[in-house]
Amino acid sequence: MVASQKDNSKVWQRRTTLQQYSVWLSWLIGLSIFTYCWQLISDKTIWMFVMDATTQASDLAERMIPPKWSYMANLWEPVWDTINIATLGTAIALVFAVPVAFCAARNTTPSVYFVRPIALFVIVSSRSINSLIWALMLVTIIGPGVLAGTVAIGLRSIGFCAKLLYEAIEEIDPSQVEAITATGASKGQQLIYGIVPQILPAFAGISVFRWDINIRESTVLGLVGAGGIGLQLDASISTLAWTQVSLILLVILGTVIVSEWVSARIRHSII
Amino acid sequence: MLRLDSLVKKYKTGDMALKSVNLEIPNGQVLALIGPSGAGKSTLIRCVNRLVEPTSGNVWLGDVELTRLGSSSLRKARRKMGMIFQEYALVERLSVMENVLSGRLGYTGFWRSFFRKFPQPDIDEAFHLLERVGLDHMANKRADELSGGQRQRVGICRALIQNPEILLIDEPTASLDPKTSRQIMRLICELCEERQLAAIINIHDVLLAQMFSKRIIGLQLGEVVYDGPPDGLTPEVLTRIYGEEDWEATVERVDEDNLDAPADILG
Amino acid sequence: MNTSKVQRVWKRPPLISNKLLRWSLWGGAAIYLSIALGTMDINWQRAAEGSSRGADFLGSFFPPDFSSRWDSIVDGILESLWMTVTSTVIGIILSVPVGLGAARNLSYKPVYYFCRGILAVSRTFPEVILAIFFVKLFGFGPFAGFLALSVGTIGFYGKLLAEDIEDMDPVQAEAIKATGAGWLQWLNYSVQPQVMPRMIGLGIYRLDINFRESAVVGIVGGGGIGATLLTSFDRYEFDSAAAILLIIIAFVMVMEYVSSYIRRWVQ
Repeated sequence: MVASQKDNSKVWQRRTTLQQYSVWLSWLIGLSIFTYCWQLISDKTIWMFVMDATTQASDLAERMIPPKWSYMANLWEPVWDTINIATLGTAIALVFAVPVAFCAARNTTPSVYFVRPIALFVIVSSRSINSLIWALMLVTIIGPGVLAGTVAIGLRSIGFCAKLLYEAIEEIDPSQVEAITATGASKGQQLIYGIVPQILPAFAGISVFRWDINIRESTVLGLVGAGGIGLQLDASISTLAWTQVSLILLVILGTVIVSEWVSARIRHSII
Repeated sequence: MLRLDSLVKKYKTGDMALKSVNLEIPNGQVLALIGPSGAGKSTLIRCVNRLVEPTSGNVWLGDVELTRLGSSSLRKARRKMGMIFQEYALVERLSVMENVLSGRLGYTGFWRSFFRKFPQPDIDEAFHLLERVGLDHMANKRADELSGGQRQRVGICRALIQNPEILLIDEPTASLDPKTSRQIMRLICELCEERQLAAIINIHDVLLAQMFSKRIIGLQLGEVVYDGPPDGLTPEVLTRIYGEEDWEATVERVDEDNLDAPADILG
Repeated sequence: MNTSKVQRVWKRPPLISNKLLRWSLWGGAAIYLSIALGTMDINWQRAAEGSSRGADFLGSFFPPDFSSRWDSIVDGILESLWMTVTSTVIGIILSVPVGLGAARNLSYKPVYYFCRGILAVSRTFPEVILAIFFVKLFGFGPFAGFLALSVGTIGFYGKLLAEDIEDMDPVQAEAIKATGAGWLQWLNYSVQPQVMPRMIGLGIYRLDINFRESAVVGIVGGGGIGATLLTSFDRYEFDSAAAILLIIIAFVMVMEYVSSYIRRWVQ
């Protein structure tokens, strides 16, 4: 904010001239990056197909309606598998995330210079690789099936859970731990009396939150052969059985809504 | 008996929190430590049980020298020093009983404490102490359901169940209202009397210090500037501790023993 | 008060006080786990045989081979970056009106339900499923991936924007309204300053997510680094795949660092 004198009246500007120019300049840079990227994408796009999309879409919609309700009988088991992948995957992730989180939190890590960077690297690599890519790798290693999906979900969720958990550990009230230390408690006792009670609610919240996300993610793992309802989706799409596809999409929608409701209920009862 | 020998604490930032403090506290003496914020009161009692590591000097508890102890003998020594905190520092999501029993952690093995299987005498003692402070019906309440005064009582029980030789008490009344403050101070003094405990009480409030203790230490910028009885706190002495201010009201009020007036003059 | 020397037992009160409910929850969890683990159909024999094969297999990821597919890796990464930038920008631009409409305190009931509907649908389906359909409609290549990521961005950003607006301080909004400001002026002077810092942070976070997701939409034909990755898996060039994965991790780390820097700078 700048006020200056000009012709007997005070002039007020929100920014100095230099600031104003730099704001414009950054808009200009942003805009040119965007147009450049857009240009490159549009070069790789066959616009004839895009123009054609509306007819394609109406055609597809026509073929998807009505959903083939009788196919539902084949879907109960995949849905059950999908839920299992998400639940067991979350459980695996939590088992590993807890020690990683304690190693990553600045106030509980055994060594700031050695252990903490390793833990942080574990967290970043687990988080940056999508569960579908983990599944792609695991299917080639342990073969297609529910197990590959479960492990993929687990590997992907370790980083997520550990990150949120270590942030919670770093935010605890240190005076409570200090009080426990002052009684002559050992390191392990400080952990279970001073720290664990403080992070337990966060831990419960994180697990339910991640479970909800994992239900969503495990619906697509079948696309690379890792079990769950995605297998049926893949098969139906490749055989052009569009009425089955629409039913599967409805089932996914239903599963996600139910899981969201369940997790909201659980989180509500925890807090 | 607790003895501090030329205790020095210098923080990494370069602040000299304690400049060679010498102090001797005989068994059973309740001592009040007064001084402005930043005088080093809190650092001093934390240097005793080494929640803060002293830079140099010695601390003797009986015939044990504390500053050179290794971690396991330090834990043994900490059992002999009960600590009571400013904001109670109870583990809020544990029950009252668990908080009291946590005072026995130094005596209990890891797995016993993990499964909450404390020895029966500890549990009897915990109930006894809770009865003494009038909270035995609250044993299974969670600590965060209690009021400030009740929480500080639990804090006192946690310190006493350690069966300490000395209590280190950091601003016990700072977050309590004037009436509860007095009740808590009275309770602490009674308990020290009953058990013949020595105690160092950091306290902001000069009036409360004068009411409840026989010996007062004035700390200013890490140095002891007054050591004597409560009625020696003349305006000159208070000026030396806290700096220039109109102290007549504080001194007069003590003379009149008009103790129900609001005590928080120093805020 | 009971002062007789009766031993009083204490056990930690259980989290769920109803015994039947507690045990049925435990039992239910145990039954579920055993059934669910049963469906895993882990063939232990095969696992034992396969473990050496698996080790060989893991070995074939090392050392990562950056050189032999370098050109297509660079192409894929660049394509992913373009997709990330364009889809984040377009997605955020489109999500602003939807988010405004989905904030209960700004909009009218029918508009509110309509916008909430858009958000719910675009959030339910993972980007991969969206990408499958966009590939069907618009042909292979980054355009389909771009659309899928944009729709995902609308669902994510619109919902958070709506929630942020619902949580804003109504007093400030009222004060601006009281000056007689028009609707757009009101948005600009009361809503925007309140939600802007957090929304900039979230926008950068979404940029992060979109980059990660861009690696996945390629698997179903949506262009980007995912396509390169899938190709190397299909050709059993696992050392190239390892190189691609490392590059993705490195990019995400850099972006996370940059975004935390920008977020601190904005606030």
